[in-house]
Amino acid sequence: MLDQLKRAAADALAELAAVDAEAELAAWRSRHLGKKSPIKTLLGGLGALDATERPQAGREANLAQRRLQAAFDERRAALERAAHEASLGAEALDVTLPGRLPRRGRLHVSTLILRRIAAVWAEMGFQVYRSRDVETDEYNFQLLNFPPFHPAREMQDTFFTTEPDVILRTHTSPGQIHVMRERCPEPIRVILPGMCYRYEQITARSEIQFNQVEGLAVGPGIRMSDLKGTLTDFARRMFGPDTRTRFRCSHFPFTEPSAEMDIECFLCGGDGCRVCKRAGWLEILGCGMVHPVVLENGGYDPGRYSGFAFGMGPERIAMLRHEIQDIRLFWGNDMRFLEQF
Amino acid sequence: MRVPLGWVRDFVDVELSPAELARQLTFAGLEVEGLEFVGLPLPGDGERPECKVTGFAWDPELVVVGDLLEVEPHPRADRLVLAEVDHGAGVEVTVTGAPNLAAYKGQGPLPVPLKVAVAREGALLLDSAQKEPTPRRLAKAKIRGVESRAMICSEKELGISDRHEGVIVLDADAPPAGTPLADYAGDMVLDLDITPNMVRNASILGVAREIAALTGAELRPPSIEVEAAGPALDGRLEIDIRDPQLNPRFTAMLLEGATTGPSPYWLQQRLLLAGQRPISNVVDVTNYVMLEMGQPLHAFDYDVLVERAGRSGAVAPTIITRRPEPGEKLKTLDDVDRELDDFTVLVADTAGALSLGGIMGGQESEVSDGTTNVLLEAAAWDLYNIRRTTLSQQLSSEAGYRFSRGVHPALAGRANRRAIELMRRLAGGVVAEGMVDARARPLPRTVVELPAAEVERALGVPIAAAEAVRILEALEFGVESAGDLLQVTVPDHRLDIGEGTIGVADLIEEIARIWGYERIPETQISDTIPPQRANPEVELEERARDLLARLGLQEVVTYRLTTPEREARARRPGAPPDERRYVELRNPISADRRVMRHELLPGVLEVAAANARQRDSLALFEIGPVFLPADGEPLPREPRRLAILLAGGREAASWDRQEPPSYDLFDLKGVVEAFAADLQLPPLTAAAGDHPGLHPGRAARLELAGTPIGALGELEPAVRSGYGFPFAAVLAAELDLDRLLEAIPQRFAAVAVSAFPPVVEDLAFEVGEEVAAAAVEQLITVAGGDLLREIELFDLFRGEQLGAGRKSLAYRLTYQAEDRTLTDAEVAGVRRTVVAAVERATGGRLRE
Ligand SMILES: [Zn+2]
Repeated sequence: MLDQLKRAAADALAELAAVDAEAELAAWRSRHLGKKSPIKTLLGGLGALDATERPQAGREANLAQRRLQAAFDERRAALERAAHEASLGAEALDVTLPGRLPRRGRLHVSTLILRRIAAVWAEMGFQVYRSRDVETDEYNFQLLNFPPFHPAREMQDTFFTTEPDVILRTHTSPGQIHVMRERCPEPIRVILPGMCYRYEQITARSEIQFNQVEGLAVGPGIRMSDLKGTLTDFARRMFGPDTRTRFRCSHFPFTEPSAEMDIECFLCGGDGCRVCKRAGWLEILGCGMVHPVVLENGGYDPGRYSGFAFGMGPERIAMLRHEIQDIRLFWGNDMRFLEQF
Repeated sequence: MRVPLGWVRDFVDVELSPAELARQLTFAGLEVEGLEFVGLPLPGDGERPECKVTGFAWDPELVVVGDLLEVEPHPRADRLVLAEVDHGAGVEVTVTGAPNLAAYKGQGPLPVPLKVAVAREGALLLDSAQKEPTPRRLAKAKIRGVESRAMICSEKELGISDRHEGVIVLDADAPPAGTPLADYAGDMVLDLDITPNMVRNASILGVAREIAALTGAELRPPSIEVEAAGPALDGRLEIDIRDPQLNPRFTAMLLEGATTGPSPYWLQQRLLLAGQRPISNVVDVTNYVMLEMGQPLHAFDYDVLVERAGRSGAVAPTIITRRPEPGEKLKTLDDVDRELDDFTVLVADTAGALSLGGIMGGQESEVSDGTTNVLLEAAAWDLYNIRRTTLSQQLSSEAGYRFSRGVHPALAGRANRRAIELMRRLAGGVVAEGMVDARARPLPRTVVELPAAEVERALGVPIAAAEAVRILEALEFGVESAGDLLQVTVPDHRLDIGEGTIGVADLIEEIARIWGYERIPETQISDTIPPQRANPEVELEERARDLLARLGLQEVVTYRLTTPEREARARRPGAPPDERRYVELRNPISADRRVMRHELLPGVLEVAAANARQRDSLALFEIGPVFLPADGEPLPREPRRLAILLAGGREAASWDRQEPPSYDLFDLKGVVEAFAADLQLPPLTAAAGDHPGLHPGRAARLELAGTPIGALGELEPAVRSGYGFPFAAVLAAELDLDRLLEAIPQRFAAVAVSAFPPVVEDLAFEVGEEVAAAAVEQLITVAGGDLLREIELFDLFRGEQLGAGRKSLAYRLTYQAEDRTLTDAEVAGVRRTVVAAVERATGGRLRE
């Protein structure tokens, strides 16, 4: 009897090992775990056994029955797993196919650089002040200490309009007068971004319109050392924490003393390259202490107030940062260019 | 301005290395753009100047001073000669075609050898046949049978200038044969960018003065002693200044019996290095002294003036400076017959105009090769008037450049004396005693009171009074200290120092730039913090940009200058023309950029059309001002606008979706609605409306609370094809951004989210085609009342079962209450109200 049980169990297990389909598994189950399975049949014959053998045979039969059930469960799980894996395999995609790009909106590179500049200045307490593009000669030049036919006007080739003494602003400096006249005698810290215009041939290096960001600080105790400190802070925020700056004497009619701020070339680290024309330094902005005539024209007494002003070209800064060779790309608006930013 | 350092050294000792010199000048405001080494070795890596460095060094062994002993004809070539040269280490026969040696041909051994520049075999020279400097090693050569191991050089071969008509003939006092040429003729040229306020430094003396102030070296100004042995000029020339404002001073000196001819080599070389072409000793001296001292001079042929005076019976000429007679013309040296403006100042005599005062001479009275009696003019002119004239005449000259930036009248006398004496030495003759000096408007000396404390107030750092005094005195200011006050007298070569507070600022800049901007510390502003202001105009515009980008649009920035014709391209045929005035340029640089735009859309359309060649889908926006002249106002209004353009595929094509669906009007409308909603604006209302660039049946006028704020729609097909768009439709909107942003509420309240379940049901109405969807929606919204939370049109259907002229609009309505679960009865009641309202107002019916 025990031998028969063992044999029946071994046969059933061997048969199960060969089962590899759902239907066969069901058939095996009814064959070996159903009411008429060999083990059940053997169990049915227990009564014919000797009373002393009966308990052991019963235990063995139940044990075999449980072992077969466990083997069945395991086999079924394995088959299900295999079936699941097979279906996943069938669903496989070629993941190397290119992704479908969502439609992405972007800001123009000039907006981005203007914002970056404005954000740095905002944290240093300089608010944006805007003024008009079409200006009077008085605001663009005379009040800024450029009398008519002043030689410094040569540096700012001007578009005149058919309206007498109305021009397209050549810099955002007229905003200096506007903001001073509006706010005098309050202290002032503003930046003046905006589009400016120059009578120039359009080439890779020069444009008829370009953005400018000027800055102005006026108060009872603004000094040239503050100008140096503030602009160096700006340069470090804008171009990296280790940026070195240098201030050279320059000339603008509306500032005195005037300076040109250079930063160490970030492309070659100051060793000299094509972009910095072998100098190791890049001209970034013009600046200076507000000229007494300009303070006075703004309503501030130059004996009691002082100020500094500065001006930079966002497109020029973008060109340096991104190694853009041709300024015409900015207003050309070729998507292949704009989409890089 | 090109400044040969050898020339500067006439007036100041320079011990600094080239790199350090360039650095110090640059920091002081004389930007050194380049250093050019002429014959001298270029600086090595360790001492590289922070500017462009160019040049060509001469080998000291192989490029030397030579003695030209004899010139013989070439046996086989008429145009060549054999020149026997002693180069210090032997005698070589060289072959040359230089025309300036032809005169010595066949004269046998020269009594005094000519000093020449000789290059020996192996020397590096610049190839004279090349346009660009191309170094080439001198090899042994056989020219028509004559072997040569050396060469007599021209300026071009040595990199002095591009002159190559003849060989260099050095002055007779050149050092002995074999001396390295670089020791004698080598130099370094500083290329300076002179700012308009610093024209005093567009001169050798000015640069020398700056170097003296920077280094503490002593300045040795040029001598102005004159050996005048001739009869006095007084009585032989009159000067009549008619407008003292425009011509404050006019001086004249006379050299008689001069011989015109070439200048000595040292002077020619200095002119060449400074970028001027030598002409003759008389003319060269005027240029030389102008470059040296900054005062332009003009040489007249005195005999021509005497002859002209004779025409009106006078013996002595009278120089008259005056404005032109009506219709008067002048032929200037550049061979241009010039019409003269009434503000121009002429130098004239009794017979008529001689030259354009301070700018350019006239042809008739010019010195020529035969001139023996030279009248030398040095005058002062009003800088603004000179600039106005050069602009009007479109004439640039070295004289005009300097005078238009301001040359101090005191310089005229000094420069005239310097020049007449130099001319006498070079051209011979006798200087007539005295100078005729008409000072129509003497300039008072400016004195500025500089309180010592002002320096620190401006710079943020104290500078010792003694140091300030040293700097000012080195720049030739007169300084007297009176306690804490410096009494500073402006030197008589400067016009750029003002009076009062302006003068104080001017002096502080002088002190700061010589003391060193680098030494000024960097500090944080410790001043009062200004009051902070709300800045909604800027902040909201930037928010608008962000929202539009978030909606998938690419920002573009176009030219604000355009033409009326370009803007008209965006109007359909038959649309009323834009009759508004433009801000128009008086001096456009090109015909296609001559007015300020009225609209953004034409520029955006141009950008879109240009990009349509590369992109099958475009979604663009631009924000910026337009320019609208206002009657009676000199300045235009500059309202801000927003333009949006959609064209092509709604999304980018991809490998499995080759032709994605195209944008249509409702995509654009959705963008505008989403943009307005994100700005928290009240809903925009759209109504069919006309727009000059849009399809008449596919355009909507937009309003915000009854105020028109723009239009959107599909570009009219003729306009679309005018731009060459390959798309079936181009959608465009132009909105009044100022009005949109002004309408944004300061704040808004959030709507609570109800915890009770919504009831959703679909209602479809069959209505006539003439019924606008917006009207039906409006009816439902009003009738639905508070319980109707959302309404969405989910289907628009036309079909046979409805019949022609009918459509079905299917809406999904969401009912919800904040405080309870709605009952079926409540919902049914709202539905009945809605259905009744729509059916009554539209004549339509609910579809079951
Ligand atoms: Zn670099």
